[in-house]
Amino acid sequence: MSVAVAVPERVVRRRVDAERVLRGALLGLFALFLWVFLAWPMAQIVWRSLLDNRGAFIGLGNYVRYVSTPAIGVSITNSLAVASVAMAVTVALAFVYAYALARARIPGRGLFRLVAMLPIFAPSLVSAIAFVYAFGNNGLVTRQTGFNVGIYGAKGIVLAEVFYCFPHAMLILMAALAAADARLYDAAAALGASRVKTFMTVTLPGVKYGLMSACFVVFTLVITDFGVPKVVGGKFSVMATEIYNQVIGQQNFTMGATVSVVLLIPAALACVIDRIVQRRQYALVSSSARPLAPGQGRLTNALLLGYCALLAAAILGIYAVIVGASLVTRWPYNFAPTLKHYRFDTIGGYTPLLNSMGVAALTAVVGTVITFAGAYLVEKSRTAAAGVLYMLALLPVAVPGMVLGLAYIFVFNAAGSVLNRLYGTLAILVISNLIHYFTVPFLTATTSLKQMDAEFENVSASLGVPFYRTFWRVTVPIALPSIVGISMYFFLNAMVTLSAVVFLVAPGTELAAVAVLLLDDAGESAQATAMSVLIIGIGLLARLVYWALLRGVTRRTQAWTTATQEPTSAA
Amino acid sequence: MADPRPPAVALEGVAKRFGGVIALRGVSLTVAEGEFVCFLGPSGCGKTTLLRIVAGLEPQNAGIVRMAGRDVSRLPPSQRNYGIVFQSYALFPNLTVARNVAYGLETRRLGRARVEARVDELLDLVHLRPHKQRYPAQLSGGEQQRVALARALAPSPSLLLLDEPLSALDARVRLALRHEMKALQRRLGITTIMVTHDQEEALTMADRIVVMNHGVVEQIGAPADIYTEPSSLFVARFVGQMNLLPATAVQPGRARVGALTLRHRPAPGVGPGMAVTLGIRPEEVRVGAAARDLDNRLTARVVSVQFQGAFTRLALRGLGDGAVALECDVAATALADLGVKEGVEVPVALAPDALRAFVEPPGLHA
Repeated sequence: MSVAVAVPERVVRRRVDAERVLRGALLGLFALFLWVFLAWPMAQIVWRSLLDNRGAFIGLGNYVRYVSTPAIGVSITNSLAVASVAMAVTVALAFVYAYALARARIPGRGLFRLVAMLPIFAPSLVSAIAFVYAFGNNGLVTRQTGFNVGIYGAKGIVLAEVFYCFPHAMLILMAALAAADARLYDAAAALGASRVKTFMTVTLPGVKYGLMSACFVVFTLVITDFGVPKVVGGKFSVMATEIYNQVIGQQNFTMGATVSVVLLIPAALACVIDRIVQRRQYALVSSSARPLAPGQGRLTNALLLGYCALLAAAILGIYAVIVGASLVTRWPYNFAPTLKHYRFDTIGGYTPLLNSMGVAALTAVVGTVITFAGAYLVEKSRTAAAGVLYMLALLPVAVPGMVLGLAYIFVFNAAGSVLNRLYGTLAILVISNLIHYFTVPFLTATTSLKQMDAEFENVSASLGVPFYRTFWRVTVPIALPSIVGISMYFFLNAMVTLSAVVFLVAPGTELAAVAVLLLDDAGESAQATAMSVLIIGIGLLARLVYWALLRGVTRRTQAWTTATQEPTSAA
Repeated sequence: MADPRPPAVALEGVAKRFGGVIALRGVSLTVAEGEFVCFLGPSGCGKTTLLRIVAGLEPQNAGIVRMAGRDVSRLPPSQRNYGIVFQSYALFPNLTVARNVAYGLETRRLGRARVEARVDELLDLVHLRPHKQRYPAQLSGGEQQRVALARALAPSPSLLLLDEPLSALDARVRLALRHEMKALQRRLGITTIMVTHDQEEALTMADRIVVMNHGVVEQIGAPADIYTEPSSLFVARFVGQMNLLPATAVQPGRARVGALTLRHRPAPGVGPGMAVTLGIRPEEVRVGAAARDLDNRLTARVVSVQFQGAFTRLALRGLGDGAVALECDVAATALADLGVKEGVEVPVALAPDALRAFVEPPGLHA
């Protein structure tokens, strides 16, 4: 009965209907957004690095100058060195801490976890300012002990970065350590393996991808960070500060672009490897795995408890320095309490803080809409074009903030461009935040969409219900926990970010994190700490709101679901 | 058109490829108004793809899909007027049973009272009215599938598509739901196409079965015809069970198996000397007293006796040259009279009108 027929390559085209046009138009809008605010600026920065300052094409001339001029070329090796050392120290410290929280039976685990998360609520430079207050030339410790550790330079950068990156590494390692399979430990015990042997042959291999992932994340955070080296780096130049010096200090935009492109390479590389590694980590956990109950020997528990207490005390100490410095008349000479630093008289009051809150709120709302709707459109239309958009949406995580900010100068501060109107507005700050933090929410949204039955849209179509109605009535309600998580991620990051927006703020659109930098630069470090305290306070408050929201959502959806999806990565 | 009532669904040369893989090689068939048709075949045979093409969820590479005479080949799913039930149920978890059933009605501007009335009517039909305000997660699998059915039927579509609707359920629920769905389909008289890989399901539910394999239709027919008159070795083996004996044709209606010459059903296209495969179903093999005085007789030894409840399966091995292996089902009531046990020798007869001949070697579809 088999009939030999030639089956054509092309499918029979559907007749065009309103829904398809709408779907296509929305996808087109999303593509336009990513093009104008991501792909085009990145292309611009690469192009500019090939020009001289008069606009003539000089090929790789800038790159040759960069690596052959010792004064600026040293920033490459400096960056790599600082990032590598900070990575090793952070991951080692965070691993033991995460191990204690996930695998040992120590009291107050919730509290230890909370304390370890604190650095996430502050801009990176705040930790640097705190270290200066403690160990700087006029620092508290320096004066008390008479011993100057020489905080300015590589040492200070590493210290402050370890503090800043600690929670990121700890979260990843906690997740990896929590996903253990108790059956493997039972097998090891049954075979008579010693504790050390079990640790080496079961525990470490089980978390190796988590360890690698933590390494790459910390490395990327450090090498792209601008705030810490700006405050505590002194004469020690790294790539992120070199971009700033070239652009702001010397108005040498092409060299700024050149350093940016070079900085893209290690950051992008680390991101790509991290994504591959992460995928492996998920595959490692079998669905039939039995969770491991925490428990260690008495001595181990005591040692781990002591360790956690020590680290938590250090973190709290740093925070105490910040809060303390903001509340005393003149650190460390006059400890009379005062609120005068909270007047912010040198920068005209509370405008930057209000701006920051407005920008963060807008970033949260607009960002959530764009990432979730974008992820939906890309996920539900399985075309080649959608595949390209997916890849494009993964790109921002590899773009350092400094590079994005400079790229935006090229695109939005170009004479005669329509996009010029955005320059100097709050809108450009919102957009740069959207792009800078685009990838993680986009992936969170994609994951929660993938967990839904793929036939929802088909059922709706068969019932004659348009896709946007089902999106609103079914897709969004189911994904609500993820949506709340995404908006919080955008809000918290927009509150503390410095690197992209430092190039984009203008008179009237100052932001709190930038104000911290400028105040510290101007020698008003007490006001800088006061501003930091307020940023941290707002972050903590937002986190509380998030918890309340999530609890509300969970209660409302309890009737129809047993498991709520936590966003995969939210601060 | 000559026929005043065109078929509810007509497919003409439907073909589909996924990249280099050809899933359907030009399928043509019709489904009459009110008929229950099953697409039956092993996984990967193209049956689900064919259903999705009918539904408009998958674009075909060639061919025409007609519904009640109307060419819908290029129409989106929403303009084809069918209801569909998926294996996964695809119920909206955040909506109650009532809201799920009302989902396709709410966009039709019917007015709340009429929507409510229609929802109640459908929930009565599937006996789930008491569960109206529950959420899908609070129902059993079988109940969820009935909600999905009610939701698909709510807008009164002219065609019902069922994509392996019972595969995710336990055996007991599956059996009960099989009867319920069939009765419902009879009562509503709705044209239905169901995809399944379960031959028993197809045999009990369908008016007509479309047996598919490797993207082509192997046979279309009523369940009894498919079972008794399989047109190919594939159908014979996929639907029910069959003993297969490699043989050589000697003259019309006769073939040699080893030293035996057996009479078989007339088979067109079989010429002397050709390699053929003879097939007989286990329940058609006669043993003991029942085999006496019949044609195609041989003696066999009982190799094993397998109790299977309503019947007992005997594994037999023919004695002498060309030792054929046969399986034979004996009804529980007849077993006692037969008095067989492992090792005894019994007379066996393969009735010529039950012995089919296929012009294919037995290993072709292994």
